[in-house]
Amino acid sequence: MEMVLQQPLYKRLAAGDWLYALLIVVAAGYSFSLYGSALDYYEQLILAGSSIALVALGWFWPSWRWFFPLAGAVSLLAIQLYDHNLARAAESFGLKYLLSSQSSFMWMCTLFFLATVLYWAGTLSRAGLLMRMGSGLTWAAAVFALAGLFTRWYESYLIAPDVGRIPVSNLYEVFILFCLITALMYLYYEAKFAVRQVGAFVLLVISAAVGFILWYTFDRQAHEIQPLIPALQSWWMKIHVPANFVGYGAFAMSAMIGVAQLLIRRGILASRLPSAEVLDEVMYKAIAVGFLFFTIATILGAMWAADAWGGYWSWDPKETWALIVWLNYAAWLHMRLVKGWRGEPLAWWAVVGLLVTSFAFIGVNMFLSGLHSYGAL
Amino acid sequence: MRFAIGLLTILAIASIIGTVLKQNEPYPNYAFEFGQFWFVAFEKLGLYDVYHSSWFLLILAFLVLSTTLCIIRNGPTFLREMKSFRERATDNSLRAMRHSQQLDLTLDEARAMRLLQGHGLRVKRVPRDDGSVLLAAKKGSVNKLGYFFAHIAMVVICIGGLMDGNLPLKLGELTGSIKPETRELPQAQIPEQSRLGAGNLSFRGSVTVPEGKSADVIFMNSGNGYLVQELPFIVTLKKFHVDYYSNGMPKLFASDLIITDKGSGKTSEHTIKVNHPLVVDGVAIYQASFGDGGSPLQLKAWNLQAPQAAPTDIKGNSLGAQPLKVNGRDYQLEFGELRVFNVENTDAPGSDDKSLEQRLNDARSVRQDTKALKNIGPSISFKLRDQHGQAREYQHYMAPMQQDGEWYQVAGVRSDVAQPFQYLRIPLDKDMSIASFMRLYAALKNPALYDEIRERTTAKAMQGQAISPAMQQQFSDSVRWVLSRFAQGGFGALEQFLDDKVPADKRQAIAQTYIKILQGAVVDVMDVAQAKAGLAPWPQDAKHYRFLLDSLVSVSALQDYAAPVYLEMSGFEQVQSSGLQMTRSPGKNVVYLGSLLLVIGIILMFYVREVRVWLLLQRDGTRLAMTSNRHNRDLDQDFERMVDYLNKQAGEA
Repeated sequence: MEMVLQQPLYKRLAAGDWLYALLIVVAAGYSFSLYGSALDYYEQLILAGSSIALVALGWFWPSWRWFFPLAGAVSLLAIQLYDHNLARAAESFGLKYLLSSQSSFMWMCTLFFLATVLYWAGTLSRAGLLMRMGSGLTWAAAVFALAGLFTRWYESYLIAPDVGRIPVSNLYEVFILFCLITALMYLYYEAKFAVRQVGAFVLLVISAAVGFILWYTFDRQAHEIQPLIPALQSWWMKIHVPANFVGYGAFAMSAMIGVAQLLIRRGILASRLPSAEVLDEVMYKAIAVGFLFFTIATILGAMWAADAWGGYWSWDPKETWALIVWLNYAAWLHMRLVKGWRGEPLAWWAVVGLLVTSFAFIGVNMFLSGLHSYGAL
Repeated sequence: MRFAIGLLTILAIASIIGTVLKQNEPYPNYAFEFGQFWFVAFEKLGLYDVYHSSWFLLILAFLVLSTTLCIIRNGPTFLREMKSFRERATDNSLRAMRHSQQLDLTLDEARAMRLLQGHGLRVKRVPRDDGSVLLAAKKGSVNKLGYFFAHIAMVVICIGGLMDGNLPLKLGELTGSIKPETRELPQAQIPEQSRLGAGNLSFRGSVTVPEGKSADVIFMNSGNGYLVQELPFIVTLKKFHVDYYSNGMPKLFASDLIITDKGSGKTSEHTIKVNHPLVVDGVAIYQASFGDGGSPLQLKAWNLQAPQAAPTDIKGNSLGAQPLKVNGRDYQLEFGELRVFNVENTDAPGSDDKSLEQRLNDARSVRQDTKALKNIGPSISFKLRDQHGQAREYQHYMAPMQQDGEWYQVAGVRSDVAQPFQYLRIPLDKDMSIASFMRLYAALKNPALYDEIRERTTAKAMQGQAISPAMQQQFSDSVRWVLSRFAQGGFGALEQFLDDKVPADKRQAIAQTYIKILQGAVVDVMDVAQAKAGLAPWPQDAKHYRFLLDSLVSVSALQDYAAPVYLEMSGFEQVQSSGLQMTRSPGKNVVYLGSLLLVIGIILMFYVREVRVWLLLQRDGTRLAMTSNRHNRDLDQDFERMVDYLNKQAGEA
């Protein structure tokens, strides 16, 4: 959001911004020189578009400038260690205990749990250092998550060239995506609004997702890479799914901030948490971001459905629940912007919103039947 | 507004019902699930197709209307607001603003104007009667446009949706000019009132086309029946393709189609696959499903009442029905689907019990090789219906299956579709044929051979000194009795006898004896069977003995198989069919336009901030006032900065 007294963008950019942009452009150029001949017209456009998006994201959010290259470097190291041979996952020490996608995810899980503990310890004992360590571990977990996803992408091609695919196509992978996106969004707001104590709450929902990932891995072996069935072989998936999870992550975060806000308004932990007004604003911002991305994701989903199922809207249970989620948050925003609601009712509503969203996300897959069953439990 | 929210809530609840209650199922399913009373009640409410029920569409239409009215009513005010600089703000109203301050500085008018404009603000200059000048400035007015875009988007999306909805059909059904067909009729005989012309603007239906066949209509579900939609072209399925990954998961479903235009007779060839539809004359053709298209089959029928006879050859077509006469009785043979590819998880049960360490190791690997997914080859399902209309369902696998090192032919049977199949495993001989088993079965079923068998068995028992000479006759009688009882009713018959006639404490021991007798006698049954057929006796080794024991299990299982004939699939020519979904949706682009407006609207609403600045330039000071469409921390910051900035600028001047 632009401030009134602000220099235009080109004047605000410093050497660091340009250096980062150069790094992305060089990386994209190098990729193009390696694989350009294998890319069709659309893929070239997508390469260019994603480079621009990455530069923009780095300029908008300074932390991204080290986060993304670091995650990229970690997965490049993993790829180096693999050396075109999947069997190395069990042989190479670095892969087996650190960098293979599964090891990365296990580290991610561990670090998220630790971060949750540290955030709580820091909040309860008012120890800024513990909370800073919590932030640090959350960042580290996010690096492992993103690097692990990249590595998993590569591993899928090692299984067989026709198995290769982006890792956002089943419940296991999207749960990791959910953890990653929720953590990153939280870290952004944490820095922007100096609300580190809220980490204790937001990390709880991430820890719940992590618990699910562990159960899903150990009990159901859901982590195995399966090839894409024909219904999922579509470009739309690559943008529809991440967009949706920005929405889900933002809604989950706003609900946890809502919980914190409700506690403060009841005098619980009030002295240890930021003011309710600040949290109210962060909650609103999170829902506004989530709503935008959820809208885009639903539209992309409709366009995909028009290619795959013979209609942009079929009242499939998933579609219908997406509509209900959308209406829910549209009403929330209406109440805040038009009726001027603030505080407690909206906080409660955000918490209830998470229940509705969770049902749309997981409940539909578990309890209802439809075309959209990408992951059964 | 309140009313609109009430209606929205009703829509949301109705939508939830629609996700919980499976939509558009055949009506008998609902009647079975809810009972007659609720079935009728729900039908009246239109709950079986909530999203197309008249009340749902009515509420939707009303919401569109009320949103439109809302836009029309509030639009002009909004536009005026957007254009206005609020230059008529009085001293009092400026003072009353939350962000307002009297600054002890004077600014030259042209300079102040430049300062504001330099930061992207649009400024309007208003000279006042008292000699002061008000500079009313603003930024981000397009924020207001966001409301327009978002609300107009709602209307546009709903209009697009209604264009693709089945409103005309509903009206046609209400007036009686369209009537869904509820009978199963050949396509050509479906009456005119259930047919829709090719000119129909919007439709969505499907049709199944076997390879080499054509279709020029599609079928649409409508309430309790269906409607026929004529197409402007003829679609012919040349070939259907399905590819699999190495682990057996499907990789590709594709149909090679020939499209023939009905008007011009021009043809063109296309391939469609999932996610890649073809658009012809505004009709999009989708790969929706696939299946068996009626494949010619060759079968060998073994008469189970006379298993010694050579099997007779039968020809048939999957998905077809034909009469079958067995032992003078008439049956109807109804073939189901031919499935060429059956992927099963043949993992041994119990392999899931792993230690934590193993689980950790498994969790590290993204590839699991232990899963034994295997294609077990073609299968045919069929029903055999007797004269009373009673039928059992069978599923026969064509390829031999290996279990524990030996080969079997597998056939499933069930008397009720709700039950799982019970499988019969017939052991195969060294020629991979069931002929040896049938020979054994025939001998077992033939009481005339029992004397010869019991003599051999008894002689062997005497020779091995398993029985004393005194027991010879009794043993021989037992062999005969056990054989005949087993041949009539399998293990179940022996068990029945034990339960009925033998005291509980002795059953175990006697059952053991029966089993031993049976296991001994079966060798002689086979020898006799071989001799009768003029074949050499079997060598006595473990492999052949296992065959005989497996055969006993199969003979017993044939009791439950309960068919007069065993149909062994010996060959087929696969003819597949492809399920094509076709839609014409003129509203699609309208909906997309609405979606675009919606996204633009949301971005303008949430990410463009409207800020207004007033500078009242007086002779002895300056009043600064600022507002924003949202009172948030950003405005506090902006205001502070603006005060600092002006102070600095005034100092420099």
